[in-house]
Amino acid sequence: MQRDLGKRPRSFYFLAAFFGLFVAFLYGPMSAIFILSFQGPTGGLTFPLNGVSLRWFTALFNQERTGDFAGAFTRSIWLALLVLTLTVVISVLAGLAFRRRFPGSTFVFYLAVASLIMPGLLVGLGVGLTYQTLELSPSWFSSGLGAQLTWTIPFGLLIMFAVLSRFDRSYEEAGRDLGASNWQIFWMIVVPILFPGMIAVALFGFTLSYDEFPRTLLTVGGKNTLPMEIWGMTTNVTSPALYALGTVTTFVSFTVIILALGSIAIIQRRRSRGLLLSAAPVVDEGA
Amino acid sequence: MASVKGSTAGRGSIELVGVSKRFGDTSAVKDINLKIPAGAYCCLLGPSGCGKTTILRMIAGHESPTEGAVLIDGENVVGEPPVRRGTAMMFQSYALFPHLSCADNVAFNLKVRGVAKAERRERALQMLDRVHMRPFADRLPAQLSGGQQQRIALARALITDPRVLLLDEPLSALDEFLRLQMRGELRRIQDEVGITFIHVTHTQMEAVALADMVVVMDQGQIEQAASARDVYDKPRTGYVARFMGGQNVLSGPVIERNASTVTIQSGAKQITITAPAVAPADGTLFEVAVRRDQIRLARGTSNEASAINAVSGRVAGLEYQGTWLKVTIEGACSEEFVVNMPDEIFFADPLTIGDPVVARWTAERIHFLEDTGRAPATRPAAHNVTAASI
Repeated sequence: MQRDLGKRPRSFYFLAAFFGLFVAFLYGPMSAIFILSFQGPTGGLTFPLNGVSLRWFTALFNQERTGDFAGAFTRSIWLALLVLTLTVVISVLAGLAFRRRFPGSTFVFYLAVASLIMPGLLVGLGVGLTYQTLELSPSWFSSGLGAQLTWTIPFGLLIMFAVLSRFDRSYEEAGRDLGASNWQIFWMIVVPILFPGMIAVALFGFTLSYDEFPRTLLTVGGKNTLPMEIWGMTTNVTSPALYALGTVTTFVSFTVIILALGSIAIIQRRRSRGLLLSAAPVVDEGA
Repeated sequence: MASVKGSTAGRGSIELVGVSKRFGDTSAVKDINLKIPAGAYCCLLGPSGCGKTTILRMIAGHESPTEGAVLIDGENVVGEPPVRRGTAMMFQSYALFPHLSCADNVAFNLKVRGVAKAERRERALQMLDRVHMRPFADRLPAQLSGGQQQRIALARALITDPRVLLLDEPLSALDEFLRLQMRGELRRIQDEVGITFIHVTHTQMEAVALADMVVVMDQGQIEQAASARDVYDKPRTGYVARFMGGQNVLSGPVIERNASTVTIQSGAKQITITAPAVAPADGTLFEVAVRRDQIRLARGTSNEASAINAVSGRVAGLEYQGTWLKVTIEGACSEEFVVNMPDEIFFADPLTIGDPVVARWTAERIHFLEDTGRAPATRPAAHNVTAASI
């Protein structure tokens, strides 16, 4: 092993150091926030830790001190779930539709994905102005939802394109050949086969919505989502409760990601190794 | 013509009447007329892109003809869904549903028809028995080998109780050993269930070994539809002869003729062949086929320029095939000329590369091809690119 290390070219050490730097930038601040969120009751916003407590976590739910964290958190979760659902439904159906090269499909596709390169703040501003012109009052579940979908649907669509490029059309033909109606083909064949891809789209939909800022800023209306709330708190909350907030939201994100990736892995493993409930007899070759 | 098994009276007879299929500007199938008797094992044979899969898909109902009618048991089924046609298709990729166990794959048709769960399972297991796959009922397709997946696909198609089974290149994904094994298996199952099988393939020997009826196709048209023996032994056209292999095609414009012989210009050589009953006119194409195993080979050069039913050249290739040798001769005619020599005769006086030889055949071994009499060179000569390798 030592010998192997000795043989490594100089570029290895350079790249390893570069990667170390990247990891430090990524996880350093996050771990600092994580540790400081357990700051003792008399501690401040910086190291050293002055004892250990969960006090700042409880303070989060105390509206007078920190603003409406609980409300913003609930709204963000609901909004993310709403975005997730709509993104999955629309991306899957649009992805299936794009398999047929209908007239103008290329144009429609570029139209849909163009919002990926548009500055988010301007999209939000545009939606906000439109609401004002139409004399509608913006809110997180109408204008906010719409603005976020302009961001999540292109992502979902691109993922579905990748998933569907590996989806063999003959599955559907086999279904039709075996007498299934279009509806049965969709629910009994297409959806189960595409399910891992749909989870990936759902994951993107949820996480992109959960910490969406620029598009939501000007469209959220009177009640904030979590990123807006955190933004507000950084300017007027000067206690480790801010860090506790960071820890809680990061935890939620990680949970969602682990759930999604875990379920994809389980489905994939079931399909390749076949951990079916009923035990299959172990026979290696056919008669 | 050798008799073709099956009859038009039974279940599963197929008739294509003036069927054409165009995809945009390209014409995949051009005005095809074909009758396949009920209960026959029919192979659609041709190089890729010849339209054979399109025909299969039109019979299956996964494609609609641009023109013409598809009749199953005398009834036009164009526009009908596959189940109403009584057809079942086995896909080239098998298209087994990856999320369902083998038993559930086989039972899929019963499930969409609303058959109760217990009965579904029972009937699926019976069908799995038929293809010797019952021990694998609860496995997922990804856990099976290619040959096993194919058996599942076959069981899944047969459970619909079809009158016609359509197989799209069913053996192409298997290795050589399994291919031969499954070939026998397909034939056995076809004999058992007694329905019409239509099998698309680009492998000549597969078609010849399996089929009651071979349909040789090229560029969207049928070149010949006959029994395997007729297609191999009595090819209708030069294309069929070249594609099926096993034949030497001698082809060229007529330059001289008399009462009993015709002389053609074939490349640099002039070949004199026994004339058919109706001799072709001067300048028109004359084309015959002679089987590679019905030619005698002797050392030497042909000094008699007027030798009948003979060509001369040099040995350009020798391939040992076990019981016989494939001797390729160059300079004999305008295309490849091969003689299959029995091994005993060959080894009695072995030839080496470069030896001058004369190949002779008798008049009764000559098979006259239908392109005879046409204007020469209206058809590209390089048609034999996909010809059988032996």
